[in-house]
Parts: sequence; C-alpha cells; structure tokens
Amino acid sequence: MTASDKMSTRPGRLASPGRRDLIRKLGATSALAAGVGVMPLVGGYHQARSAEPIRIGFQVHRTGIGAAYGRWYSRTTDAAVRKINAEGGINGRPVEIIAEDDGTDPKRGAEVVEKLATQHRCDLVFGTLFSHVVIGSSPRAGELKVPYFVVSEGHHVASGMLNRYTLQPGITDVKSQVQAMAPFVANTLGKKVTMIFPDFAFGHDHRDYFSAAIEAEGGKVVAKIAIPPTESSFTRYFPKIPRDTDVIYHVMVGPAVLTFVKELGEFFGPSRPAIFGFIDSLEAVDMASPGLEFLEGTYFWEGNPRYAQANQSAYDKAYRQAVGVDDNGASISDARDVSTYAHMFGCWETLHIIKAGMEASSYRGPADRTGLIEAVEAMTTMPHSHAHPQGDKVFNGRTHQVFGHQYISKVENSRLVLTHTTSIEDTIYPDEVDYTTQSF
Amino acid sequence: MELGPYLILGLLEGLVTAAVLALMALGLSLVFGVMRVVNVAHGEFFMIGAVLAWWIADAVGSHPAFAFPAAGFMAAILIAPVLTAMLAMAADQLVLKRLDYDPERTIVATIGLLYIIQQVTLMSFGPDARPVEAPFNHRLPIPFVEWRAGGLQAGGLQDGGWQLYWPWGLGTTSYKLFVIMAAAVLITLIWLVLTRTRAGLVMRATRIDRDMAQAFGIPVGRVYAAVFGLGAGLAALAGVLIVPIQQAHYLMGHDPLLLSFIVVIIGGLGSLPGTVVAALLIGVGDGLISVFFSPTLAKIIATLGVAFVLIFRPEGLFGGRRQ
Repeated sequence: MTASDKMSTRPGRLASPGRRDLIRKLGATSALAAGVGVMPLVGGYHQARSAEPIRIGFQVHRTGIGAAYGRWYSRTTDAAVRKINAEGGINGRPVEIIAEDDGTDPKRGAEVVEKLATQHRCDLVFGTLFSHVVIGSSPRAGELKVPYFVVSEGHHVASGMLNRYTLQPGITDVKSQVQAMAPFVANTLGKKVTMIFPDFAFGHDHRDYFSAAIEAEGGKVVAKIAIPPTESSFTRYFPKIPRDTDVIYHVMVGPAVLTFVKELGEFFGPSRPAIFGFIDSLEAVDMASPGLEFLEGTYFWEGNPRYAQANQSAYDKAYRQAVGVDDNGASISDARDVSTYAHMFGCWETLHIIKAGMEASSYRGPADRTGLIEAVEAMTTMPHSHAHPQGDKVFNGRTHQVFGHQYISKVENSRLVLTHTTSIEDTIYPDEVDYTTQSF
Repeated sequence: MELGPYLILGLLEGLVTAAVLALMALGLSLVFGVMRVVNVAHGEFFMIGAVLAWWIADAVGSHPAFAFPAAGFMAAILIAPVLTAMLAMAADQLVLKRLDYDPERTIVATIGLLYIIQQVTLMSFGPDARPVEAPFNHRLPIPFVEWRAGGLQAGGLQDGGWQLYWPWGLGTTSYKLFVIMAAAVLITLIWLVLTRTRAGLVMRATRIDRDMAQAFGIPVGRVYAAVFGLGAGLAALAGVLIVPIQQAHYLMGHDPLLLSFIVVIIGGLGSLPGTVVAALLIGVGDGLISVFFSPTLAKIIATLGVAFVLIFRPEGLFGGRRQ
C-alpha cells in the first residue's frame, strides 16, 4: 500500500464516497486500523495490496544481558532482508522489519510480541534468542495466534513445552548440540567433567542433556556449577570444581563473559585441566583479549566457525560479506566489534525459511498464518546454499526443530581453527512431541 | 580444595569486595550524615566511574604518545572520579538544592536521577560490557602448608613434617592486592581529612547542626555541594578500581548500591568506623560464604543481617542514637 492509498482510506479525506462509506459502516474509528484490518473485506483492493510489505516483527535483545547478540542479530536480519528484497521480496512483496527491544526480559518479551502482533499488525514475530524470553513470550504468541519463529537454541521448542505457533527452523537446539559434543569430550579430553553453566533455562538444557549424553559415553559429570547470568564476579564459584576433574565444560552468557573466562584462567594458573567450552562464553569477545592466553589449545563448540576457515564455502563467503563481517569474525568497519557468528546465521536462515514457507503457501495476509505454519512443518531437507550458509539441515515438522552440523574448533594462536564437524545424524534424538496433532 | 586454602581464597575475594564496598558505602554514609539525603542514585555514580574509566582508558590508550599499558588506567583513576564529582555537584545544584533537601522528596529525586544516568549511559555508551586493562596483573599463587606423614615413599625413607605445597586454584592477582591496599590508603586519607583538617571540621559542623553552622558563617550550600560531589567521587573511584577486574556496564550499579545500603545500615548511617567495619563484615562474610556455600546464600544472609540490625539496633552497630 502506498502513502496515497492510506490517505484515501482515511475518513474525511478526498476519497471515492463508496469506499469511505463502507469503511465508516464498518465502524473503523482510526485511520490505521482501517488501513489494513478492514482491507481484505474491501473488494478490488487486492491489486493495491500486492505492493504492501510483509511485516515481520523482530523481537530483539537490544538492551539487557543479551545486547551483544541483539546487535548482531539486527545486522544479520537487515542483511538478509536486503538480500530477499533485492531478489524480489516474498510473493512479489517487499519485506519490512519492525524491530522492538525486549530488554532481554521475559515479561517485556510477552508485551513486545503483543505489540508487534496487534499494534504493528505484523504478519509474524521472529528473532528471539534468550530462552527465558522465548518461554515467557511463546504462550502470548499462541494466544494471539501469530507465528513465532525463534532463533534461540533452547530445547523448549522440541521438548513440547511450547505451542504450534512457535517454530525453530533456523538454528539447532542445545540437546542436539551437546549430544554431538559428548563423544568428542569423552574420547578426546577426559571422562570426569565439571560443568559450569548459566542458571536459567538455556543453562539447564546444557546441564540435563550433556550429563545424560556424557554418561552414555561412559563419562561422568562430577560437579555442576550454576552461575546467575547477571553475575559479574566468578572466582568465588570455582573452588567448587573437584580436584579430580579431567575436563571443564563451560558455557556462559551475559555481559560479563570475558570476566568469567579470564577469572577461570587466573584460578587455574599453569595447572589447568582440559577445557571444552561453548563459544557462547566468548561470543562478541575478541579471542586475543588480554587474559585469555590460557585458552590456547582448548576446544570450543561453534554453531558456525567465527574465523573464515581454509575450506570456507562460497556461501559462507557471500553471507559474511552481506552481513559485514571480516575473516576474523569482526565487523568490517571496526575490528574490535566482534560478532556473535556462532548464532546469528540463524536469523538469516530463518528469514529464508519464512520466505520459502510463504511462497509455498501463497501467503497473502494474517488469515493465511496457519497455512504458513503448515508449509514450514512440511519442510524436510534444506541444502547447503546461499539461504543456508551454515550448512545443510534437516527440519522435523513434528517437533518444529531443525537439525544440522556442529563444529568443534581448537584455539591456535588466538584463533579458532575448525578441527571436527559432526554429522547431522550425530545430533538427532527421538521426537518428544508432535505439534502437528495440535489444533491451531 | 581443602579447608585452609579455601579459607584464604574466600578471605582474599572477600577483602576485594570489602575494599570496593567500603569506599562506596563511605560516600553514601557521608552524604546521608551531612546532608540527610538518601542517595538512591549512588550506584549510578559507581557505574559512571567505571564507564568513564573505560572511555578515558580507551581514548588515552589509543593515543601514540601514551602507548605504555598503565597510561590509560592512570588517566582514568585521576580524571573519572573528578568528572563524576562535578556531575554530582551539578545535580545537587540543579535538583537537590531546589527541593530544599527535603528527605522524602530527595529520595524520589535521586530515583529519577538513577534512571536518567542509567539511560543516558545506555544511549551514549551502548549496552555492552567494556573491559579496561589492569595496569599490572600477575597471577600470584599462594603456597600452603600441610602435614606429610613420614615413611617409605618414592624417594626413599622420608621424615614426616610440615611441608609447603601449592594448592590447586589458590591464588590471587597483583591487581586485586592493589585494590585492597588502595582502598585502605584512601579510607585513611578520608578519615584524616574529616578529623584533622578545616574542611573536615566544616563538614562535621554542618552535620551536627546545619542552622548553627550557617549562623557561624559556614557556606552550607557549598558544603552540601562539595559533600555530594565527594560522595559521588568515592563511588566513582570504587568503580574505576573494580573495572579492570569486572567490566564497565550500564547496569552494574545495582548490586553495589544494595550492598552499600546494607553496609551503611549495619554500620550506622554517618559513622565512618561503622561503615568500614560493616564493609569488612559484609565483604569478607560474602567471600567466605560464597566459597564454602554459594554466593546467593551470602546475599540472603547479608539481607537477613540488615533485618536483624533494624529490629534490634536500628541505629546500626556504631551509630549514635539520633535526637
């Protein structure tokens, strides 16, 4: 819809009397509400609607503990939308992102979903990362019957805890990630593992599913140390690490991750056990920061290798360039602005899946939302491509969760060098829910 | 880890907390003592100090003339508290003075100040945590003694006796020791200023009786501005000292504010020795309980302590009864 179309629907403005009367009869009191809410009822407007943008509500952690992720999720989302629009948009319509900050706060998350769905009249809501925000927001999305595409990693989608309107097709979940990591940890690093994780849903996924996975490999978690994600000082937690620990398994989030890893190094000094971390502990942090030297030779899980590797695909190269990330995983314009490379690809891929789903279901407007969900549920394999630069994937429509390759990198000369890529089969586990049996 | 090394680690970590807390709580206590203003924005002055430290260290550190590593931190510790004090003095003149230092209204005003400072920082510095490199930071492993039984061992027959060994994880850093010492020196200095100088005399006179002080020609308005500036400057100094250990972040003022209030209530509002003793009690207690049990339990116990102090000794451990 163009600006002049909008004007024409406004009561009291220059418009053909027929339309004006119709709108008045429908009782539209505000010009904006009349603009889109009533439009499908007005015959002859379909032509005008074709140019109307598809409005994707973006629930973004612009402030709060998820701010670094939010910044890069925004940049990746913007880059993906630029690409999609340059290639003709979705069903011939341009995509428009309406971003709203949720402060990485579950309570505000639910409000943001509501605001995006009702006030901004978005076709769907997308982009949430932090698991507690997803868990806090998803029920509202279900009540409002608005598709909610999360980019969160949490196991809450596939566990059946959420609802049919919530999908995670662009990023793998913690359960599949840790299941694929456990054999490497047990066979390469050691059997007795101490886990250090953030004390909220995402960390609990790590705790529960890694403990089970390492036991399946004949290993054992000897201590589980939970740290609040808002903590700023960590040394006090480390004496809980048992002396007979072979491997430290660390995953931390929040603004103080650099302090966390630094203090871990100061605690151990020269006699550290083997260390395996999720890169979350150092997302958006320069690997060459002072105090991180002790990480040399340790291993990290990466969702997507931060440093351009020797076998870099053409897809990764194009994606990196589109988002504005250099070969070291930092912003092209500021080498100190390190990206959240292991996670943010999820936004890019999710937007491409939304595009594919809308095209498959001939999506026209909010009335077709359930058709969009069914179209995504019908998806299966996703080939390694410009739409999926992280690698090929398999989507499980019943659990609303995607499965993909996981990467293990080793720190060499303060860079992450890819040493192992898991297969998709390594990450698959039995279904725990079938959302397709739930009614809309 | 064994009991002894545990104890030392908890003590050292606790002393760092106590050092920072003592500086901060001292500022809070001073402002309340002299001005009768409960400064809810105190934690934000701590945060401003840390954020300014990052900003100054970053600007100085990237200048080729100051390419040595400690330059940024040294500039920060000199400039950041002064800038923060000036900001606080401006707030005093623009806001608190106009409310006539009315106790209730200043509480509301400082709550407003808290949000203004926090949001302006968010809008100008962004939501990220920013590190400042410590001027020096060496890991210092700490040895411990243990009893080794005599007998036949790998090296042959050995005598039993006390032996030195290096427990796993027991250590601190030179910078953490510096923070503890710097706080001790600063607190001594403030105590000297308050008790031995004319400025201190003026402050004490204003505290004891504002009207009488004014009658004797003490410029009470300027004393208030100076005290509010000094209080904020102390919080900022604590922020600068902590930022190489933690990181500067716009939300970092919250916890220290709560802890400072706990310290000031336990120690007795307006009492310098009470504040220092309470800071040690809370800081070291927090360190020990955190190491042996959990940091969350430490906070629970500290809050419980406040409740008991308020019930059984509302004037605080060292506070005199108010008229």
